[in-house]
Amino acid sequence: MEEKKIGHSVIRKEGRDKVTGRAQYVDDLAFRGMIHGVTVRSNIARGRIRGVRYGGGIPWSEFTIVTAKDIPGKNEIAAIAHDQPCLADQFINHPEEPIVLLAHPDKYLLEEARRAVQIDVDPLPAIFSIEDSLAKRAIISGEDNVFKSYHVEKGDVDAAWARADVIVEGEFRTGSQEHLYIENQGMIAAANPREGVTVWGSLQCPYYVHKALVALFGLPPEKIRVIQTETGGGFGGKEEYPSMIAAHAALLAWKSGKPVKIVYDRAEDMVATTKRHPSRTRHRTGVTRDGKLVAMDIDFVIDGGAYATLSSVVLSRGTIHAAGPYFCPNVRIHSQAVATNAPPHGAFRGFGAPQSIFAIERHFDQVARAINLAPEEFRRRNFLRKNQTTATGQVLHEEVDLNGLLDRAFKESDYQAKRERFARENPGASIKRGIGFSSFMHGAGFTGSGEVTLASIVEMEATPEGCVRILAASTEIGQGTNTIFSQIAADALGIGLDRIEVARPDTGSVPNSGPTVASRTSMVVGKLVEAAALGLKRTLLDSGLLCEACTEDEFVRACRRYIETRGPLRSRSQYEQPPGLHWDDATFSGDAYGTYAWAVYVAEVAVDTITFEARVTDFVAVQEVGKVIHPIFAAGQIEGGVAQAIGMALYENVVWHEGRMANGQMTNYIMPTAADIPPIRVFFEEQPYAFGPGGAKGIGELPMDGPAPAILNAIENATGICLREIPATPEVLMEAMTEKAGARG
Amino acid sequence: MVEIVSKIGIECMVNGKLSRFHAYPIARLLDVLREELKLTGTKEGCGEGECGACAVLMNGAIVNSCLVPAIETDGADIRTIEGIATGAQLHAVQEAFLECGGAQCGMCTPGMVIAAVALIERHPHPGDAEIREGLAGNLCRCTGYQKIFAAVVRACEPAARPHSGKR
Repeated sequence: MEEKKIGHSVIRKEGRDKVTGRAQYVDDLAFRGMIHGVTVRSNIARGRIRGVRYGGGIPWSEFTIVTAKDIPGKNEIAAIAHDQPCLADQFINHPEEPIVLLAHPDKYLLEEARRAVQIDVDPLPAIFSIEDSLAKRAIISGEDNVFKSYHVEKGDVDAAWARADVIVEGEFRTGSQEHLYIENQGMIAAANPREGVTVWGSLQCPYYVHKALVALFGLPPEKIRVIQTETGGGFGGKEEYPSMIAAHAALLAWKSGKPVKIVYDRAEDMVATTKRHPSRTRHRTGVTRDGKLVAMDIDFVIDGGAYATLSSVVLSRGTIHAAGPYFCPNVRIHSQAVATNAPPHGAFRGFGAPQSIFAIERHFDQVARAINLAPEEFRRRNFLRKNQTTATGQVLHEEVDLNGLLDRAFKESDYQAKRERFARENPGASIKRGIGFSSFMHGAGFTGSGEVTLASIVEMEATPEGCVRILAASTEIGQGTNTIFSQIAADALGIGLDRIEVARPDTGSVPNSGPTVASRTSMVVGKLVEAAALGLKRTLLDSGLLCEACTEDEFVRACRRYIETRGPLRSRSQYEQPPGLHWDDATFSGDAYGTYAWAVYVAEVAVDTITFEARVTDFVAVQEVGKVIHPIFAAGQIEGGVAQAIGMALYENVVWHEGRMANGQMTNYIMPTAADIPPIRVFFEEQPYAFGPGGAKGIGELPMDGPAPAILNAIENATGICLREIPATPEVLMEAMTEKAGARG
Repeated sequence: MVEIVSKIGIECMVNGKLSRFHAYPIARLLDVLREELKLTGTKEGCGEGECGACAVLMNGAIVNSCLVPAIETDGADIRTIEGIATGAQLHAVQEAFLECGGAQCGMCTPGMVIAAVALIERHPHPGDAEIREGLAGNLCRCTGYQKIFAAVVRACEPAARPHSGKR
């Protein structure tokens, strides 16, 4: 038998190509006769299109020009609702709305041509904030500007207030955030009526793009083929938007008869593609004097931008995580996703949870203060435990040890000693130091009934060369899909990693294993890989060609023999819900997720009272994530997520001007560099999850949730300033600290 | 009417081989490498010198190739990611990136490897502050940099293979 691969940090499957520069991303590909495409966008936030003018000095006859009237099928890019056009033809609803597509062999001339297209628009009143949308200052979507709302009701909140000794209220806000994957979005398309449409590109979810193109061209599904190229980061940004750019490239290819490449430059990628939903959360919390939660009333609103896209599901995850990892008998959560005239906000690692968790973890420090309890003591008195119920009424049947995670996080960070030392040393120091923490959970996999609806499939086939090939639509976007799937299959089959191939995600040859999102790839799809591998082995065992305790050579011989004598050797597995899970969409209650990862994060900060810069100087991340499949990759996910969340907390400020991102450059939208990131010390507690491969849970999004509130709690510890909004840029700190100094006189 | 500037002939060493090509004087070195010389390992991340994905070595110093006009490369010695390994033998930095998990999506990796090679050629045993400063011009959105720091440290250990391709 081969040594087990799960639990060991094997070398990244495609790593050699990546470190030598051989890996082929979409912009590295060039097809014979290929021309380039660009998008002409609106220049105002909302209005009615009067006409399009093509200015002088451009040889327009050489160009392929596509507008909405060239679309063979439906003019829509629908994630869930059917409100977003592929190309606007009458109305403009945000300042980056695509209207005209141009293609030409010369990239430079194309850029001049783009600037020569004039869109004439009669402006209409537009909405740029959650408040204006809720106040219906203009109705820009549906009847009331609300894409979706949810209501969670547990216990009797109204009756419970009377039993509270103290009631604490607070309002919290989070800004937008740009994904800033290093590879900009791009697609190449080849299309003609005879062969159909094929696209190659940077994407997370091949079958989302497939669905969009089927509707756009009105072609049968088998005439559309979507192939993932090496993808330089996603973080949710390549979940739904690639359908748009694929559609544009395909329309130009269809009309020109030539392969067309559209690759955005950084500026276009930053302003036109999706970003994290801005949010506003209001908390009202009733507690007893000894720190027990009595009632929680939460109002959570996210800004969805101009079209519904994925806002309803972002909202559902944010809503379910809004009450945090605490037991409270009476909980009400009301949530809404509202429309504004900004480009649609979309999927971004954490998917609503970082927003609502920021609010509760900042708020709970204030509640603790109101009843004179240490923040950790208040949390300890309310942590969810086994057999208790969450806000949606989910009974936790697994072991949950948040106290243990807190103990370890405090020990590793030396929390208590530092808190005392900083309190002693801060007075008189120009650099104030502080330490803070957050406790939180993240549900893995699709929310509620989502995984049942997806009904994901994985296939596996043995090759005549004696290898086993995994067929799935789950994409490698840096997180390690290729390697992790190989580890799982190798262990299930008892063979070496070199014997495992992972097929390139291509809708022409792989089944739909669902989107690569929601911390589901290792846990949910990985489990299907394991099942498919066991199915393949079962076929060999039943055929009598293999015995249970086999060597790799015996396995390879058995595969070859099977293929020679009986034909193809394949297996297939499909998602089955773990027993005992029930979710009710109508009442928004029940088992929201099959399982949760649990975590306590501690941040240490230094706030310079002269420059007003806050820096994170140490970071400890302790989490329970089931069995770790690949220790280096798992730590890499946590470290990368923490870094991205440090950016969200302190640096990354999307400046909006009438619905348009005004700082769409890496020069003035600041993400953390190697000089900004502290040591990130990652610790795993491993409590195997019965329904994950080898006991694993999903972890991709978890690290995005906790850092921002921990950092702002640490800033409050350092300075006494209670910030309720992120990002906490130096400008924000300057205003708050100057105000505080003024108030003190 | 502005007179169109014509292409000029340029000769330089690229990965140890003499390259001759024609380019507009202000064409970006990045485009020359990717489009004329088909060396697509060098990546474009931002096109404004912020992200370092397009980093190459020019006369031994690290530069962002998106900011270098072609005319400046005449007579220069350029090394790209394709010239870091020696045949099938990876450079110690590349090996260390593989072992330590320094590459995730891989898009910043060519530039990051170039920056690490340049750093180690300057400081064979860089300290933490030198590593952070040496890599601060290269943005990575996946790793949080920790595994990249570890890879640089690993590449400098005596057990790491001698740096191949070093001149």
